[in-house]
Amino acid sequence: MCNAVEVLKVIEENAKLTPEEIAEMVGCNPDEVREIIKKKEKDGTIIKYKTLIDWEKTGEEMVYAIIDVSVSLTREKGYDDIAKRIAKFPEVQTVRLVSGEYDFQVVVKGKSLKDVAFFVAEKISTIPEVKDTVTHFVLRTYKEEGVLLFSDEEDRRLAIVP
Amino acid sequence: MSRNRLSKKVQEIEPSGIRKFFDLILGRKDIVSLGVGEPDFPVPWKIREEMIYALEKGYTSYTSNIGLYELRKEISNYYRKFGVECKAEDIIITTGVSEAVDLALRAIVDEGDTVLIPDPSYVSYKPLTILAGGNPILVPTLPDFKLNYEKIAQYAKNTSPKALIINYPANPTGVSYRKKELEEIADAVIEFDMLVISDEIYAELTYPFDHTSIASLNGMEDKCIVMNGFSKAFAMTGLRIGYVIAPSDIVSAMLKIHQYSMLCAPITSQIGALEALRNAEEDLEKMKAKYMRRRNFFVKKLRKFFDVKMPDGAFYVFPDIRNTGLNSEEFAENLLVKKGVAVVPGNAFGECGEGFIRCSYAVGMEKLKEAVDRIEDFLKSR
Repeated sequence: MCNAVEVLKVIEENAKLTPEEIAEMVGCNPDEVREIIKKKEKDGTIIKYKTLIDWEKTGEEMVYAIIDVSVSLTREKGYDDIAKRIAKFPEVQTVRLVSGEYDFQVVVKGKSLKDVAFFVAEKISTIPEVKDTVTHFVLRTYKEEGVLLFSDEEDRRLAIVP
Repeated sequence: MSRNRLSKKVQEIEPSGIRKFFDLILGRKDIVSLGVGEPDFPVPWKIREEMIYALEKGYTSYTSNIGLYELRKEISNYYRKFGVECKAEDIIITTGVSEAVDLALRAIVDEGDTVLIPDPSYVSYKPLTILAGGNPILVPTLPDFKLNYEKIAQYAKNTSPKALIINYPANPTGVSYRKKELEEIADAVIEFDMLVISDEIYAELTYPFDHTSIASLNGMEDKCIVMNGFSKAFAMTGLRIGYVIAPSDIVSAMLKIHQYSMLCAPITSQIGALEALRNAEEDLEKMKAKYMRRRNFFVKKLRKFFDVKMPDGAFYVFPDIRNTGLNSEEFAENLLVKKGVAVVPGNAFGECGEGFIRCSYAVGMEKLKEAVDRIEDFLKSR
């Protein structure tokens, strides 16, 4: 029997593995793996396959900002309504409801500082329920999705050790 | 002729058989090494951080000879998971299991005493027995590389051995024992009135079942010297930190040797070990899951070329390469020179390892795949 959670753990780490390779790693047959993946894609457990890219290396200008958004709730508009409204902008990468001093943490992607600043001023701040925004521009990313974006450790082991 | 400067005992032991492979590797950049007997993961960051913090706070002194009480206390709790009830007083913190093996042998072996050692097995048992004045007798474990009552009895009958060394999951074969199999070994131990030196360094890396310590079996409490450490489970190899659990008279004896030869295990490593037991279980589980996936992958691939047993634990596969017509050393040397893949010839672990090679899967998946491709090329080109 093929353990579905094991399969998910393996492809979460590396989506490029073939069903054959996954099958060898978790110890079952490739058809079972194909079936599990198909099922999990269908029921939405697997949301999407993406690639983690270090855009800085391409020289492509890309600006990210984290926006703290405070809102005031009304009878008609709860958190979900406001969140959905913000999330539907394609510039918005992530929307999270968080505990603490503000309500939503929003990650916005743009081509320039100006681009992002205007987007926030024109699209986010103008939503009636939004009380306040604080914009933090991202200067450098050190870790993304659990992956370190720098390497300062090499394999220093001897090649043969009993 | 001038008098020989070196002791007879040290001349009697041979240097480790893998030394010449170092020369073959020297200067080559294209090597994929499956010859490494240590984890490829770095020490979990929380452990490293704790050690850095300890250094900053100035923890740089000796500890008591026996080791930090908190660490020994934590180990006594931890070892319950392998079935052993012991107190902090029954534990000595050592500089790795390597020191623990030496301490145990020197504490119990008199000149000429017989010690039974499985063949093949880890490289240090035989020379350390000789250095302790003992007489090592190798017990062949072919064909399954496991000890059982008959194999032990056959060699114990006429030699009245003082001790039996076991190591499971085993380096180099990856075999381990279920409780039932251990009971059979325990029967032989009791019948022939031996002590057991049980090297359980790979205990956490047991895949198909839970590790049981032989010291947890009925009638074995007072007969076992159990050793384990942090090198494999927590990837702390270079920090040299392990421990030994034994009956009180043996602990006292070992402690005498330890206090004069080693004094104490490094304090930084002891502090790291404490953090490992307190907070790094999740890191350990993650590493273990990765080893298991690699094992499954690697064994499946190697089975296309060789007869390979599925190892129960550690991070070694021990394929039978006799179908190539080469012996272990020829195979390892040719594979290294021609394809740049380093493995350890099985005979480095005893005569019974001849015809086998030890491949470590403590390397990333990409390298493992590369190694499989190169081995395939190597076999095709012959």
